Amino acid sequence: MSPRTDLPPTATGATGVPRFTRTVRWVHRTTAVLMGLCVFTAACLYVPQLAQSVGRRALVVTVHQWSGLALPGPALAGLLSRAFRADLGRLNRFGPHDRTWLRAALRRDKSPSRRPAGKFNAGQKIYTAWIAGATLVMLGTGLMMWFTHLTPLVWRTSATFVHDWLALTLGIVLAGHVGMALADPEARRGMRTGTVGRDWARREHPLWRP
Amino acid sequence: MNSERPESRERPEAREQPDEAAPDGRGRPIGRRVFLGTLGLGALGVAAAPGLQRGLESFLAGASDKDPTGLTGLLPNGGGFRYYSVTSSVPRKSAGTYRLTVDGLVDRPRAYTLADLRALPQTRMVRDVQCVTGWRVPRTPFEGVRLSRLLDAAGVRATAGAVRFTCFDGAYSESLTLAQARRADVLVALRMQDEDLGHAHGGPVRLYVAPMYFYKSAKWLSGITVTEDVEPGYWEERGYDIDAWVGRSNGRDDEPTN
Repeated sequence: MSPRTDLPPTATGATGVPRFTRTVRWVHRTTAVLMGLCVFTAACLYVPQLAQSVGRRALVVTVHQWSGLALPGPALAGLLSRAFRADLGRLNRFGPHDRTWLRAALRRDKSPSRRPAGKFNAGQKIYTAWIAGATLVMLGTGLMMWFTHLTPLVWRTSATFVHDWLALTLGIVLAGHVGMALADPEARRGMRTGTVGRDWARREHPLWRP
Repeated sequence: MNSERPESRERPEAREQPDEAAPDGRGRPIGRRVFLGTLGLGALGVAAAPGLQRGLESFLAGASDKDPTGLTGLLPNGGGFRYYSVTSSVPRKSAGTYRLTVDGLVDRPRAYTLADLRALPQTRMVRDVQCVTGWRVPRTPFEGVRLSRLLDAAGVRATAGAVRFTCFDGAYSESLTLAQARRADVLVALRMQDEDLGHAHGGPVRLYVAPMYFYKSAKWLSGITVTEDVEPGYWEERGYDIDAWVGRSNGRDDEPTN
């Protein structure tokens, strides 16, 4: 799974830069499908209009439980890949340029020169860390609601409370993630094909040394 | 601040450029801290939830009273009823097509039309509705015929011990012991919130078991069968308690609904 260097030229004619290995892309893809299932079934359980048109409550609950339980699976399996571990390492470490990036983001300064970034920008790093933590909180509180006899009653009511409100927060953050991807076709191409254009990489991730 | 920003962008892959900031893979492990911090906040949230929940619920109950958009209804514990159905679609019954049968261990089985039920003496009760999943709707009026009246009219035999309820959604069922079914606060409800029961709330006729969790109050009621023993209902086959007293079952400690 080492990055390939003999990649085909991009649509723009410039040579492409390898960004994500096949393993990394499949981890993202399967995680996205499972997360999508969780969100859709959650909506069917919660939003009255959807609940009325879908019904089948026992089935929807089962799909929600199992897709939620499986959600950390792809990332855990991805740990076997050196490329995936290397990307996690890059996501974990913050340098001085990340502070610059975050300051510019808070000021809504969109000029590329104020947004220095390595392979991942500071926003992507924070998103990854938060969504990983939030997913595990959802899993933990979800298990407390699923296996009700395992924990005292007070815990379960509290778990429901956290699960509900964090679900709402997660939905908003995920919508932001998807919205940003929709606004950047080249970023999507990177996740779809594994390769991005050189110009894009230079502009969006100037400190990245592929 | 931006000393690490390379001035020359011709060959970004060139390795000879000085990388003072060492962008990728080095630096402080802040990602891990955010990850662990989120986990910690989640645990803290569970610990602090009882207090937070009380505050939020009272705030949202106030907000939903003044909310013309109905958006607060979508928030967790935003107040109001939630729609639960165990089937994909539920047929609609009108005054012309609706029938409620009473049979089983009775001397005089019969089928009631909606008009028959409306002609019987009506009882109105105002209690809280408590769902086993946590939501509660305060002070909700229900109106209908006491179940005990229908049972007495049918003539329950001495061998009977329980009542089974079936629904025209084709899947849901419920049951009560005969003693529970004869309570004065158990209705065959025709009206809710002082309106005729709509389809979404189980209309035209639903069961209303005031002192129990709301899953006992079967929607779209179409059959009352007197039996010897209690037969577990739909959710009870799936783990819910059969005797569903609010605050004394399903491992919950909610306030009673009266």
